This record gives sequence, structure tokens and C-alpha cells, in this order.
Amino acid sequence: MLTEEIKHEIEAEAERFERKQAACIEALRIVQMHRRWVDDESVRDIASVLDMSPDEVDSVATFYNLIYRHPVGRHVIRVCASVSCWLLGYERLLDHLIQRLGIAVGETTADGRFTLLLNQCLGACDHAPALMIDQDQYQDLDVANVEAVLEHYQ
Amino acid sequence: MSERPLTANIRSNAPPLTVAEYEEAGGYQALRKALTTLAPAEVTKLIKEANLRGRGGAGFPTGVKWGFVPMGADAPRPKYLVVNADEMEPGTFKDRLLLEGDPHLMVESMILSAYAIEAEIAYIFLRGEYVLAGKRVGQAIDEARARGYLGRNILGTGYSLQIYMHMSAGRYICGEETALLNSLEGKRAIPRAKPPFPQTSGLFGKPTIVNNVETLCNVPHIVNRGVEWFKKLSRTKNGGTKLYGVSGKVKKPGVWELPMGTTAREILEEHAGGMRDGLQLRGIIPGGASTEFLFEEHLDLMMDFDTVQQAGSRLGTGTMIVLDDRTCPVGMVHNLTKFFAHESCGWCTPCREGLPWLERILKALEDGKGATGDLEEIRTHVKFLGPGLTYCPLAPGAMAPLGSALNRWRDDFEKHIRERRCPWR
Amino acid sequence: MATIYVDNKPYVVNEGRNLLQVCLSLGFNLPYFCWHPALGSVGACRQCAVKQFKDEKDKRGKIVMACMTPAAEGVRIAVDDEEARQFRETVIEWLMANHPHDCPVCDEGGECHLQDMTVMTGHNYRKYRFPKRTYQNQYLGPFINHEMNRCIQCYRCVRFYQDYAGGQDLGVFAAHDRVYFGRHKDGVLENEFSGNLVELCPTGVFTDKTLKGHYTRAWDLQTAPSVCVHCGVGCNTTPGERYGLLRRIHNRFNHDVNGYFLCDRGRYGYEFVNGERRVRTPLLKRDGALGPVTRAEALTEIGKVLSGPAVLLGIGSPRASIESNFALRELVGPDRFYDGVSARERQLLSAMLSTLRAPGVHSPSLREVGEADAVFVLGENLAEVAPMIALQVRQAVYRSTVPMGERLGIPAWHDSAIREAIQGRHGPLYLATVTGDKLADVATRSWCAAPDDLARLGFAVAHCIDPTAPSVSDLSEELPGLAKEIAGALRSAQRPLIVSGPSCGSLAVVQAAANVAISLSAAGAQHAALCYDAPECNSFGPALLDGHGLDEALQAAKSGSVYAAIVLENDLYRRADRAAVDAFLEGAEQVVVIDHTVHDTTKRADVVLPAATFAEGDGTLVNNEGRAQRFVQVFKAQGDVQESWRWLGELSRTAPSNGAWQNLDHICTRIAETAPALGEIARVAPAATARFLAQRIPRQAHRYSGRTAIGAHVNVHEPALPEDPDSPMAFSMEGFPSTCSSALTSAYWAPGWNSVQALNKFQAEVGGPLRVGNAGVRLWEVAEGHDHKYFEVIPPAFQSREKEHLAVPLHHIFGSEELSVLSPSVAERAPASYVAVNFRDAEALQITDGENVQLVLDGIPYRLPVRILPDLPSGVVGLPSGLPEMSWVKLPGWGKIVKEVPA
Ligand SMILES: Cc1cc2nc3c(=O)[nH]c(=O)nc-3n(C[C@H](O)[C@H](O)[C@H](O)COP(=O)(O)O)c2cc1C
Ligand code: SF4
Ligand code: FES
Repeated sequence: MLTEEIKHEIEAEAERFERKQAACIEALRIVQMHRRWVDDESVRDIASVLDMSPDEVDSVATFYNLIYRHPVGRHVIRVCASVSCWLLGYERLLDHLIQRLGIAVGETTADGRFTLLLNQCLGACDHAPALMIDQDQYQDLDVANVEAVLEHYQ
Repeated sequence: MSERPLTANIRSNAPPLTVAEYEEAGGYQALRKALTTLAPAEVTKLIKEANLRGRGGAGFPTGVKWGFVPMGADAPRPKYLVVNADEMEPGTFKDRLLLEGDPHLMVESMILSAYAIEAEIAYIFLRGEYVLAGKRVGQAIDEARARGYLGRNILGTGYSLQIYMHMSAGRYICGEETALLNSLEGKRAIPRAKPPFPQTSGLFGKPTIVNNVETLCNVPHIVNRGVEWFKKLSRTKNGGTKLYGVSGKVKKPGVWELPMGTTAREILEEHAGGMRDGLQLRGIIPGGASTEFLFEEHLDLMMDFDTVQQAGSRLGTGTMIVLDDRTCPVGMVHNLTKFFAHESCGWCTPCREGLPWLERILKALEDGKGATGDLEEIRTHVKFLGPGLTYCPLAPGAMAPLGSALNRWRDDFEKHIRERRCPWR
Repeated sequence: MATIYVDNKPYVVNEGRNLLQVCLSLGFNLPYFCWHPALGSVGACRQCAVKQFKDEKDKRGKIVMACMTPAAEGVRIAVDDEEARQFRETVIEWLMANHPHDCPVCDEGGECHLQDMTVMTGHNYRKYRFPKRTYQNQYLGPFINHEMNRCIQCYRCVRFYQDYAGGQDLGVFAAHDRVYFGRHKDGVLENEFSGNLVELCPTGVFTDKTLKGHYTRAWDLQTAPSVCVHCGVGCNTTPGERYGLLRRIHNRFNHDVNGYFLCDRGRYGYEFVNGERRVRTPLLKRDGALGPVTRAEALTEIGKVLSGPAVLLGIGSPRASIESNFALRELVGPDRFYDGVSARERQLLSAMLSTLRAPGVHSPSLREVGEADAVFVLGENLAEVAPMIALQVRQAVYRSTVPMGERLGIPAWHDSAIREAIQGRHGPLYLATVTGDKLADVATRSWCAAPDDLARLGFAVAHCIDPTAPSVSDLSEELPGLAKEIAGALRSAQRPLIVSGPSCGSLAVVQAAANVAISLSAAGAQHAALCYDAPECNSFGPALLDGHGLDEALQAAKSGSVYAAIVLENDLYRRADRAAVDAFLEGAEQVVVIDHTVHDTTKRADVVLPAATFAEGDGTLVNNEGRAQRFVQVFKAQGDVQESWRWLGELSRTAPSNGAWQNLDHICTRIAETAPALGEIARVAPAATARFLAQRIPRQAHRYSGRTAIGAHVNVHEPALPEDPDSPMAFSMEGFPSTCSSALTSAYWAPGWNSVQALNKFQAEVGGPLRVGNAGVRLWEVAEGHDHKYFEVIPPAFQSREKEHLAVPLHHIFGSEELSVLSPSVAERAPASYVAVNFRDAEALQITDGENVQLVLDGIPYRLPVRILPDLPSGVVGLPSGLPEMSWVKLPGWGKIVKEVPA
């Protein structure tokens, strides 16, 4: 069940479009903001708020990179994997994170603290390599300074 | 130093101007001027005369584009202006500077441009990752509304506009303007066929203009300072300034507003500080990931739309990516191809199936598992994923760096096969 | 018209088309996937590439997608261009990269468009050397099997399912090379046209699950042209048989009727033919029990009565062919021929027939339904009673918006661009039904009311259109506005259409619809049309034979006369009150039932003769528009099974009667002589003696296997081929694979084209009518003038009653029809019985959803669970119509709901 709060937020978004179905992506983002990921029940609930079928909502949800249809940890690390970061050695940074967290890309640590994902270009090419944790971006990273960054996220 | 209208208000490591500060710096004067003294069509005329060309990658003349929008009382309503702030092209980080650095310039530009096409609603389609930009632009919108620059009856002129922000859920193809419209409609971001063009049938089937962030940010300045001034900003026929960027192993990567037509060498050496010590330049991709490599011999070319095109590449977004001599070109195009394969929307066959195939061949080369015939296969793909053969320009864009790399560095590719390893590892 | 140049030769083509459609129509073998004649172009697969040249001098040219390029004047293209050819081959290579290459174990094998196109492009050897992607398949219900690994992402399935058929539970998920076509979660595909995915999917992703239950290769199927028997629309079908078992139904293209599609009832209802309840030998009642006897014994037994003193009553059937009904009439004489439907239905059918045959009223073909530009549906839940009409109404409301797109310069065939431009807007559609309708998502307005109130709305609309039409007094508040709005929409349309029918059991509704049609014609509308759906596959056939009502026959029991009865393909317990039927059957000297399936009436018969189903015999059916269509025997049934008209012919030879026919042509000639309304019947299909290049038309494909070995386990000698005295077709693979007559064509094949899409090669223009014309003959055409009189009796407004509710029938696509529900797959989709009540009534009665109540109708109590239906009008309850476990109830009728007191 969507909370009243979530429902109101979605409905407010829906008003800004000619057709309320256009708020589908907004709705998915809102649910994810509150619940970290979008489960099947939420897909159905969004569908009923926006007069869509669950299939229509899920067709959109599964299209986009930033909508998570699987559970994620308390914090999501998104390592930029695009070309400038590649040139500056993001792969070393990633290998380090994989070792350090003991998980592969796409997985969540056993304690539910981190999910590790790759992201396309974060637009920080002049400060590569870069990554995001949740809503925060970090730049000019290397194996040495990434540790301190992780510390902020428990 | 030459004039830098787009970035004049941007101070590094300081918050952007508030609405009051922006006004003090001359902000919202252009808007006032246009709304009180110019008819919408006159604004479009100015932009047309200034020959402002789109900064989103294709360089299409903005005024011409606006000129296709049906105007007057019987035009379909509402009309829409959409700012393309999706900036997801690898190696591109210029719009972010404007959005984070001077959000009020963005807002003023939107209102003015919307006025030119008599749009009632404007959307800003913002990358989901640009959280800070989202906050700042959101705040600027609120401030502008509070000052009467936005909403009903702006500055008492009778013109009304709403601006809404849409944070993207993330897909490179959303940057393609018609896919962007589908995404704004809450759908899968599949590109649309053209014709019909968005100018006549766009968002929700209504007339719509989609422009890049940097493109629009020029508009208030043109209105304020005039066409001649704008043309003189540049060193070439393509008027204005341009945000140029450099990333890769240079001493001082970054983004700078420079006269349009600044040479690659000047950008690289004077602004980016040249290659890191001990490294040689092997090639540059001049404007984001989907442009062809240029080489040493091109460095003295003026970086404008026409010149770069004549050299066999495209200015694209103007943010160049530098390849040095210690980095494997095959590895670099592998990384790029992986990006494009992942970001294919999945609609048309060549892109959906061809890019992953290419990605696997390139990976095999890198892993020392290349086979004879692989290079021929890459060639065929480069040819048949070319312009006009796919549904939209994503896949042809992907072929630009790959095709030009294979042409230039065929030996390096062959060496991977011959030696059954990547010689750079 | 425009002149275009293909491979340097000029061709005059239709300039409203795209180059793919034009090239295919000209006979070029141009491969394609995402395009479909009924779905238009989207340019996704990139398979149909050709080279386009600017002018004569242009030698380089550029590759374009034929399906996305208009066939404009002077266009120059090359199909035979090396670069374009290579590109097409590469596209196939991409599509095949991840394909499992599992053709030998794939149900689509041998009739696969992907196979054909692969061969066509010349892609032989794969170069892709990396792992293939794999997917999980889904459970999609009893009709469709899912095998996602075979998918080539042509997007046809979702385009048909969502855009064309209005379904919402099939979609495309994920992106890049992981796109997935299926449901959000495993589950039954709900849309009533899901079965078409089997034919639309160019490979083996969606295949027929019922075929899988008794699989055989497509080329091993014996087929004949047939007509669906599961509703009154008369869609053309191709049933396929092997080893005496009917294996599947495919669509048979008829441009005027069903086009490319069938509904799921029609596609999956066929399994009653193989059912356990089939009658395969004559049965005779001895010592109170029916047991098998020889045909001689059975005929002798009947003969005794035929020559005796008993008056012989013949009860016909709307699900038996015209020939069988006629043979019965001949045997018993016109005075004692009863048409076998309830009194109420009979009244409705004759009102419908007389209106449709009156001057000025056009009865549209199904195709014309899809071309209407304003539609008013009165009384019918089309998706449940005549789904294919609903499908065409859906097309009508879409198509009438296409000009909006065309004004933006988008050609009508450019499906995705048109849809983006019109943004889900739709043409005028007004629904007035007893309960909520599936077309509501595309309706301008929907209105639910009791049948009498629906009729009053219809009468009011007619009056708004033509003030001389009778007016309706004291309409309730909302109605005058609604009537005016509907009238306005119909008046301003070029091709207005009224759809109505008998399904809510109201004569007033049928008459009100007639008045609307008449008023339009009176007001000068040139192309107004009135479409009535008919409940059964031959509802209009017996009605045209001027029989008497079934209820009159049942009276015989009371009259004390000595009578015997022959019941033709009819379960009387589905037509009339149980006690009355009991009395009638008990009172008869002898009851002979000729039918193919055991039911309550056969159980009470003295003699049962095994009748052929549509698949095992020949005959003619008249559909809802008045089109007579022939179905041809697909296979010879085992045992004594034969057409009812043959049995009746044999009987008449033992009796002093004039039925001297030996075959179908004889009987058709006789019908034409004696029943003027059916004068055209002999023209419906070529005579049995017709030959094509001196040959018969084979029922078997040229690859049919086992011709000499198929019966080797019984006898190693090659058996003689069965004779076919009734049609020019042979039970053989030899002959002239004729497409000379669409009435005799069941399968299309052309070199390189083994899938259903071989049809292209037989259409004058791809997507248009067959070169040899469309099958079927219309028994009447609209006559000039409009001297038809208005119906004057307008019912008073519906008044709900204090303690009673008006029970109305609610129809179900799966369950309400007698034969299809005998198919296990259809039965799985049928609802359990229930009584539907609206919210307010449920509250007043203090009953809740799912709770059991007693509904007392005509003094008989029915114990039923409650189903809350919010759209149902107050004071009205709904009963599912025709479910096997519900016996006949006279509906509409007043009944009482009694809350069950827990014991
Ligand atoms: C695959 C693809 C991605 C694109 N991404 C962007 C983008 O992120 N930002 C942008 O402004 N334009 C992008 N474009 C270009 C737009 O389609 C469009 O041309 C541009 O927004 C028009 O604005 P302009 O005329 O101001 O340049 C992209 C194009 C393609 C084909
Ligand atoms: S080239 Fe084709 S699959 Fe690729 S993004 Fe464009 S439309 Fe989608
Ligand atoms: S049939 Fe033309 S692109 Fe698919």
C-alpha cells in the first residue's frame, strides 16, 4: 500500500501534465525515494493511482537505469564507468571496492549497508574518476581516498 | 581577455547568484526588454539573424527551428518549450556548469525562449544524477516566480508561463529529443520518427521546441546586446562563445568559455595545460563520445561546426576526450562501445543486436581472444550501423569513434589478434 | 496513382502506400518483420531496406527502409542492389545471433516467417561466436505458450495486443538487448484476442498451447475452408486435422469479414470436436438406456414411426447448417418445421431480419464496421457476445482520428507517428449497455441502464435525428442531453453506425436501434449502417426458412395429439423451460435427435444419430450481416458420423417425401427453388463437379507426410482415397493447389513463403481483398429509398420494485456459448455461475461479494454466490447466460433475492 503522503506527492506531480499517466516516472522516483526500491506491489499501486495497468507501469520502470526493481542496500554506490573515468583508471577503483566490500557489481553487502553499481558518465570528467553514493557525488578518487568517503555511510 | 557572457556570473567554489544578485548583474533585463518591447516573432528573428546554432551536438540553427512553430491565435495549444539538460554524453560536463553555476540565467533563458514561441509550459529535462543542479534550478524557479518573472501575467504583460522540472530516471537515449518527449510523457524513451517534427507535433502531440541548455543560455545575451555583438564574440562564421572542455590525461582538465573557433591546440595547451608529463597525444574525440577521432594534424583547426565537419568529425558538444600514447585505443573504443550497447533503447535491430556484438568482439580483442575476421566484422558493423540505417542517431554516433579508431590504428587492432593479448597491459 | 521505378522498371502504384507494401504487392520478395498490413509501419526491424536514388543520374543512392518511405511519384529504388542486399542479410544475421536455432523442436517450424526471411536474405552461416542471451518464459494461461528465447524483438505482439486490440496486460520490459515481451507477472493473458499472437508473431515465441497438446507439423495438417460456429459473425477459419483429430484453428483471410484476426473463442473453441461427449455411432434406447446400434437398426427403428400415424414435428437449430435445417423442413413439411429457438429470441430475430432487409437500411460487413466514423452501441456488451465486432469498433474509433495525423503530413500507414500525434484521442463512440463494457476505454460516453431505459435512449436519439420519429415522453434528467449529443455525432458523421442486437433480450432495444438507423436514412445519411449481432452461427438461416416457433411445438404435449419429433442439433433445455421440454419429450411417440454431442436432450431421445461437426461435414451458414458462407468438410469422421442433412436425406428416402438429394449441390439447388430468401445459396461456393485444370483441389499440403504409410498399422495396402461428393476438394495432396475460388482456399503457400504471410501472394494489393474476391454471398443488399416505418411502441421508463429485481442475462465470451465451452482451454476461462448485484442493492439487501444467496425466478430457487458489479443499474441483477451448470431461465424476468440464513 502506498502511504497517503506518497499518494499525494504522486497526485501533485500528475497535475503538472496534460495526462496523468505522464507522471509515471515521477511516481516511480517518489516511491523509490521513500522505499529505496520499487517492489511489485508498488508497481501495482502506482498503476491504480495513475489509471494504468501494472504492465504499463513496469514496462516503463524496467526501462530506466535509475529505477531499482530489486532491493538495494541502505546506500547505493554508483561508480562512473564511462570513458574519461576509464582513461583515469576507474577500473582500479572498482576492483578495490569489490575487494573491500566483498561483493560483485550488482550485489549488496550481507549487512545491507552497500549496493555496488556502475553508472554511465556522471558529468565529472574533469575530475575523474568519480562516483556517487546515494545523492552525493565524489570526484578525483583513488584507492587511497575512497575509504574516507565510505566512512560517511553507515 | 575576451568576453564570457555565459559564465560571467559563475564563481568557482561559491554558491550561485541569488535572484537579487543576478538582477544586480543585469539579469532579467533581457526578459523585461523582450516582453515589453518585442513581439515573440521579433525575438525569433533576432536569434535567426544571430545565427545561433544548437549546442546540443547537431548544430542546427536555433532561430530556424523556432520558425517552424505554428504561431498566432489558431496554433494548437498549449505549446511547449523543453530544455534538454540530460547531458549524458560521455566526456561531456558543460551544461552542468551552467545549471549549477548560474541557474537564474537558465530560468531567464527559458522564459524568453518560451515567449518567442508563445509557449505556455516549459519543462526542464534534467539528468537524474545532477542533484545539485536540480536543487539550484528549482530554487531559481521559485525565486523567479516570487518576483513575477514566472507564472500568470509576467511583469504585467499578459504573458503567462509555467516551468516544471523533470528529473530523468536515467537513459542516454533520453537526450535524443524525440525520445526525451516520450520520456516526458511518462513512457519508455523510444525515439520517434521524423517527420513529423516536434516543432509541429511534439510533446502530447503539440508544437514543441527542444533546445540544449547552453544554446538557450545565449538567448538573453543576444536580446540584450544584439546580433552584431554576438557574431563578434567568435573567431569564425559560427557566432558566439562556446563552452569547451577537456578530459583525459591532461594537466588541467576542465571546461572554459572561449570564442567559438578557438583552435584545439589552444584549448589543449593553454587551457588544459597540455599532456601530463611523459605522455604524448595520440588522438582526441572532439565533442563527446559520438564524434570521430581527430589527430595531431588537426590540432590547429578552429573548433567550430563547419571546420570540424570538414575535417571528418563533428564539433558535437565541444568537450574533447584525449587519448594518450600509453593507453590502448582498442580499450578506449571498447569502453565507449560498451556504453552505447548498454544505452541502446532496444527498438531497432542494428543498434540493439549489433552494438553488443561489437562490444564482445572488442572485449575478445582486449582479452587476447581475437580471431581473424574480427576486424572485417567490425568494418561491416561500422558500415551498417551508419547514418540513416538505424532508427535514430545513437548507433551511428557510436560508430564515429570506433570507425575512425580502426582506420587510424588498424595496426594496434591487428597486434591484439596477432599477439593474443592487449599490448598495453 | 504514381509511377515509381523499381530496379529501373516503371510501375504504376497507389501513392497512398509505403514502398514495402507496394513492392510486396508487385511481387518483389522483400523481407520484413515489424510491418504488418493491419498494423502499419514503425520502422523498427530495419529488415525491408532498399536503395533509393535521387534521380536517373544518381548512381550511389542511399539505403532507406521501404516501409517508412512513401510511394511518391517518380521515386526510384532498387531492391536488387548489392549493398541493400548485404544490409538485409546483416539484419537477419543480427536477429539470428541470439536466436536458439531450435527449429526442429519449435512449434512454428515449417510455417515460420523468420525461417522464410532468413532463407530469403541468403544468410546461411553464422559468424557470431559469443554466448547467446537467454530468458525465462512465462505461464500465460491455457491458450498461449511462451518461448522468449526465439524472440526477434519485432514489437508486433505488443503493437497488436495494446494498440490494436486494447489489451493492457502484455508489454515490453527492460531495454537494449534485454527487451522482454510478456506480462508484468506470470498469468493468464486477459485480452480476448490473445490467440492472434500465434499468427502475428513471426517466429515461435507465442504458439498455440492447445495444438501443443496434440502437436503435429503444419504441413501434416489436412485443412479445408471453414466458418467459425461460435457466434453469429461468421469469421472464416482454417481448421487443421491429423489422424482424425482436429488440431487447431487458424485464421482464414476474408477482407470483408474477419481480415487477419479471430477471437479466442473462435480459435480455441474447436476441441468439442474431439470431445469425450461426441456421439460417434447411432444410439437406440432399449430398456430405458441408450446403447450403440448399427445404422440399419437405427434407421429401421425410425422408419417404423415415420410410416406410422404419429405427426412428425421437426425442430431445427440455429447452430445447424441451412442445408440441415432445410432437409428437416423437407422431411416434416413446412407446416411442421419449427426453428428451434425460444419464443423471445424468435421475436427478436425476426424483428432484426425484417429491419435489415428493409429498404434504406444498410447491414454492414465487419470490415465496414471498422470504417465507421461515429458509433452508437445499444444494448450489446460486444466484447462478450461478438468480440470481433468490438475489435472492429475499436479500429473505427482509432481510424476516424487518423485524418488528424494526416493533416500534419503523416501518412495513414505510419502507425507510430499517427499514434504519437493523436495521443490516444478517439472518434465518437457511445456505449449504452446494461453493464460496463470493455470498449469503455475508447468510448466518448458510456451509460448503463436497464434494457427499457436503453431502448428509450435509442428512441430519443432517433427522434432527435428525425423529428417525425416517435418521441419519448418524460425522459429522466441526463437523457435528453445525451440523446442530443449522440444524435449530433451520428448526424455529422460520414459513415455513422449503430450496433445492437438481441443479447439483453429486449425487443424494444432492437426496435430502438432500428429507429435510429431509419431516422438517419430519413435524414439523408448516405452511408449509415445498422449492425445487429446474431447469437449463433446460423441464427438467421432457419429464420429465413419461415419456420414456426419452438414454443408452438412444445404445445403439442398439451394438445393430446399423437406426435413424434426429430430434433436437429439442438439441446432444447437451453431454449425453453425444463418442465415444458420434459413434457414434450415424454409425450412424443418417438424422439430422434441428430447431433454430434451428448446433452440433456440426447439423453432423453429414443434414437440418436451421430451428426458431423463443422469439421466433418459441409454446409452453409448465414451470418449477422446476411452473408451466406460455406464450410467444407475438413476430414471424414470415423464411424457413422455424417452431416445431419445426409441423415435426413436417408430418412426421407424411407418415407414418402421428395428429398431426393445425394449431395450438397442437390440440396442447394432444391433450397434455391423453394426458399426465395436463400436463392443465392448455390453461388456460395463452386459446385462439387467444378475442376481446376481438370483437377480437384487438394486438402493436404504438397509436403504432407505419410500418404502411403499413414494407415500401415491397419493395412499395408494403400487405401483408396475417400470420395468427396460435396465439394471439388480432394482428401489428397495431389491436385491443383487452387486459389481460383476463395470459398475453396484454406491454406496459402508460395515458393519461399511457408508461413501465414504467404497470403501476400494472393492479394491483389497486400492487405486488400484476395485476387479472386472474398468468400461468401450477401443474401440481400440495401434497397433504394427509405419507406420503412418507425417502430412506435416505446416502453415506459424502468421502475425498480420494492421486493423484486429484474434479472437480465450477462454474456461471457468464455462460457456462454454451448460448444466452445466444451473445449478444456475455454472451460478454464469460463466463470463460475453467480448473481450480479450493484453496490446499493447489495447494501440494501445486506449481502456482500462472494456470499451465497437464493434467487427465486418463476418460483424456482437458484443458489448462487453474489458478485458485486458497480455499473449495474439499481433494481437490476445479472445472471450469466448459458453457463453449462445453469439451466434455462427466461430472461429478462423479475425475481427475488433471499439472503441465506446460516443453518
Ligand atoms: C543519442 C543522442 C543523445 C543526445 N543527448 C543529448 C543531450 O544529452 N543533451 C542535448 O542537449 N542534446 C542531446 N542530443 C541532441 C538532441 O537530440 C537535440 O538535437 C538537441 O537537444 C537540440 O538542441 P540544440 O538545437 O539546442 O542543440 C542527443 C542526440 C542523440 C541522438
Ligand atoms: S539506433 Fe535504434 S535501438 Fe539504438 S537507440 Fe536509436 S532507435 Fe533505439
Ligand atoms: S518492416 Fe520495414 S523496418 Fe521493419
